[in-house]
Parts: sequence; structure tokens; C-alpha cells
Amino acid sequence: MIGRELREQFPILNQEVNGHPLVYLDSAATSQKPRQVLDAIKKYYEWDNANVHRGVHTLGSRATDAYEGAREKVARFLNATSPEEIVFTRGTTTALNLVAASYGKAVLKPGDEIVITPMEHHSNLIPWQQVAKATGATLKYLPLQNDGTISLDDVEATLTANTKIVSVMHVSNVLGLVNPVKEIAEIAHRYGAAMVVDGAQSVPHMKIDVQALDCDFFAFSGHKMCGPTGIGALYGKKSLLQNMEPIEFGGEMIDFVDLYESSWKDAPWRFEGGTPIIAGAVGLGAAIDFLQEIGLDTIHQHELKLAAYAYDKLSMIDGITIYGPEEDRIGLVTFNLDDIHPHDVATVLDAKGVAIRAGHHCCQPLMRWLEVSATARASFYLYNTEEDIDQLVSALLETKEYFSDAIG
Amino acid sequence: MQLDDLYRRVIMDHYKKPRNRGTFDADAVTIALNNPTCGDRISLQLILDNGTVKDARFTGEGCSISMSSASMMTEAVKGKTLEEALNLADRFSAMVKGEEVEFDEYEDIEALSGVNKFPARIKCATLAWNALRKGVEQQ
Repeated sequence: MIGRELREQFPILNQEVNGHPLVYLDSAATSQKPRQVLDAIKKYYEWDNANVHRGVHTLGSRATDAYEGAREKVARFLNATSPEEIVFTRGTTTALNLVAASYGKAVLKPGDEIVITPMEHHSNLIPWQQVAKATGATLKYLPLQNDGTISLDDVEATLTANTKIVSVMHVSNVLGLVNPVKEIAEIAHRYGAAMVVDGAQSVPHMKIDVQALDCDFFAFSGHKMCGPTGIGALYGKKSLLQNMEPIEFGGEMIDFVDLYESSWKDAPWRFEGGTPIIAGAVGLGAAIDFLQEIGLDTIHQHELKLAAYAYDKLSMIDGITIYGPEEDRIGLVTFNLDDIHPHDVATVLDAKGVAIRAGHHCCQPLMRWLEVSATARASFYLYNTEEDIDQLVSALLETKEYFSDAIG
Repeated sequence: MQLDDLYRRVIMDHYKKPRNRGTFDADAVTIALNNPTCGDRISLQLILDNGTVKDARFTGEGCSISMSSASMMTEAVKGKTLEEALNLADRFSAMVKGEEVEFDEYEDIEALSGVNKFPARIKCATLAWNALRKGVEQQ
């Protein structure tokens, strides 16, 4: 079951926007949530809610089981070797900041190198800028090919014995391409560097096996994969996590507290100071169940098909520029239409009920690389259909007409 | 929600044929501002003389709303005292928030009142005016 048949499980999709049925094409920003996830969160609050890891009462045990059960689900979902390799975070941004601020600060010294790419989301770029400044390490960029892809020869040529961390996004939120993170990890390890993967745009759309990728850290967000906002996770190899220092201190994360000294719990709990995002974790667990019932392979095929269909249909529009490679795109198409600014495109589309994203997509360096100030992006998910894309195309044609009339 | 409320002909005219686009050779007060949520940016230059805006020019990149608003603002502000310029910026803010405001000194501006029905676009309309406010407040 995929596409139209799934629609009724997403209550939000059944509405009119500005007098037209909603066509939601902004799932790369955040996905919509199925009833199953909404119900799981509601049930948790109505039945199990209590703080975790401290109460001796029944609700406390149930809440702890729900929270730790969600951790086990995430571990199985990513094929981690144990739940102890999963740290719950607020999302991908917090997960990447944790790696940079804890692992990065500990291993980097002046002269060391961090290697990333110009296509990174700001959340996999600024934390490395900051840790480079703090430690005296150098931030280096892999070059991009003309179509935005990374060549493994360039990876070989860029890494050196001084490279300590390589961090790359798995799927680009602008170009829709899949980066060869497994192959990059292999090269990184040969140079003695740790491999960090930003999985925000891959986890929702394809089966992830962190052991097969052999990455050292893998970060993702729940809200892009049918889960609630405010929850995500960092996978880290146990051997690395257990030697990392926490970056937030307080309740829940301690072993023993004295007046002047304290010690921490084991990983992953030492990284989860304060009352954790319990209901969020429950919602994320429900989202994982939902995606696995449909099947990640089914979802992946659906995304590939929709993106290819969209690429074909959009490229037939006169005056359109599509960014990124033609083949093997995951679930999105980024474009510009004539000289019409993407904000204007998005406003006209919104008036026709079609929701897309316009702007720099938190990728200002990539926008500069593409030599544009902003782009429009239509992104798809398991509930989208070819008809949604037909609606997008017809709304874009109307946008062209509207602006040629308006500008005269 | 009517698109024609936003994209009025006078706005499109300013977008297509921006007034005062360019830079000054002479010493001018320069204010660069961007809208971090969308990447629109403007560089505004003001030639000030004895507390009056003698001339104004802008360069920048952005949507029809931000660029037409910059074009109108630079037209409206010429010859105004700093105090009058701030007053214009205040009235513009009030207008895009939905208040009834008239701009007898430069009526084109009133075409942007429709922005108020498009909350996501208010920041586009106010970018140039915020640059003006910043330039005046620096004095």
C-alpha cells in the first residue's frame, strides 16, 4: 500500500487550502504524520505518562519501557549492534552538534583536518566551522563535479594523514542525489579518520544499515519520517560513544554527584541530560513501525518513481532549470522557473493549494556553487502521487502565464 | 486569497523597471541587509545633506515584492528629512500589518498594502524599509 491508498491515514492531507485541495510537496522540510503516530503519542500521554528512569511506581516503569523500547526500535531500524549505540536528540542538528562538540573537540588539534562538502546543510557545516575555530583544526571541502556529485578520486586526493573527521550528507536536500557514503567511509578509515553521516534526508526514504555503511556516526530526525518534531537520534559506534564526554549536564545523565566533582552514566544516557523527549521517542517508535509495515524498499521505489516522473514532466516546461543529476534522485526536484523569483513561484502555487519550499534550503554555500540566490523545491513522500505532480506542473504553467501577464 | 491583491500592476512595474537601482560614486551612507530566512539581500545607499536624504539608490537580489518595495522606498524618501524618513518607515510597517495608511507623498506604495494578506511575504516587503531605518538610526 503506497501513494493514494495511504492518504486517509494522514488526516492533515484531507483539506482545502485557498479553495483548492491541498497538494503537499514539502516533505523534505517536514513530513506529515499518520494517525498511527498521532494515536501512539496521545495514548502515551493518556495512559503511560511519567518521568523515566527514576520512579518506582507503575507509570514510571511503563514510561521507561516505552522510552527504552523506542531506543531498541531505532537500533533495529538502523541495524545498530545494540540500543546503547543510539542517543536520543532533538533532531539531526543536535546530533551533529553533539559529535562536533564532544568527539570533535576531544580528537582535533591544530593542524588536523575536518573534511566536508559544499553541498552540506548548515547543520553539517557550521558545527564543523565552530569546532575548527575552537581547536585550530582546518576545515577542508571536497570539490563537486559539474552535476553536484562527489568523485571518489577527489576524496582520495583531499584526505591526508591529518584528516581526523569526514562528514557528508547521505542524500542532498537540494540536489536529491545519494552520496557514496559507504565508499567514502572506507577511504576515511584508511586515512584513520572517523566518518560522520547526516542521514536527515535518507532515513525517511531508504533502508539504512549503519553496519554495512560502516560509518562511525549517523544522525537523523524523526519529523521527516512521519514522526513528531523535537526527536531524532545519533547512532555512534559503542567504542566511540563510551569514550565521549557529555556536552549537557544535569538530571538523568549522572552516576554520582559530589559538591565539586561528578561522574556520568554510561553512553548513551550520559548524553541525555534532563527529562528526555519521552513522548517524542514513543512517536518516533510508532513512525518506525508504520514505515516498516509499508516496507522501506516499497517506499524507496515509490520515491524514485515519483522523482523520475517529476523530473520528466517538469523538464518539459519551457524556461525551467532543474538542479542536480537526472538519474537516481530521491524524492525531490529543485528548480527555477524563468526569471520568476522562487518566492513568487511559491506564493502563486500556494494560492492554488500546492505547497512547495522556496529559498536557500539552509544550503547557502551550495546556492553560491549553483550561482543562484534561491531555488524552488518540490519534495515527495509515500503519500504523494503522480496526480500531485500533475497538479504541480499545471500550477507552474499557470504561474508562468500569471507572471507574463503581470509583468507585461 | 486573491493573487491580484498582492501582485498589483504598479508593483510589477517597479519590479520590471526598478527606480534608483545602482550605486553612488560619491560618499554615501551604505546599509547592507539580508533576509536570512530566504536569502534576499539589499544594499541601500543614502546621500545625506544637513539632515535630509538628498538621494537614494539600491542594489540587491530578491523577489518581486522585496525589489519593488526597495524601488518605491528610494523614490519616496528623496528630499525627506531623517525624521520624515523614519515616519515613512513606521507608516509602511503599519500598512503591511493591515492598518489603513495613505501615502500622499508617493501613492505607489499603497499597492503593497495587499502584502498584509500574505503573512509569509511581509518580511520581503519590509527589507528595504528596515535598511532605511537602520541607515537613519546610525546618524
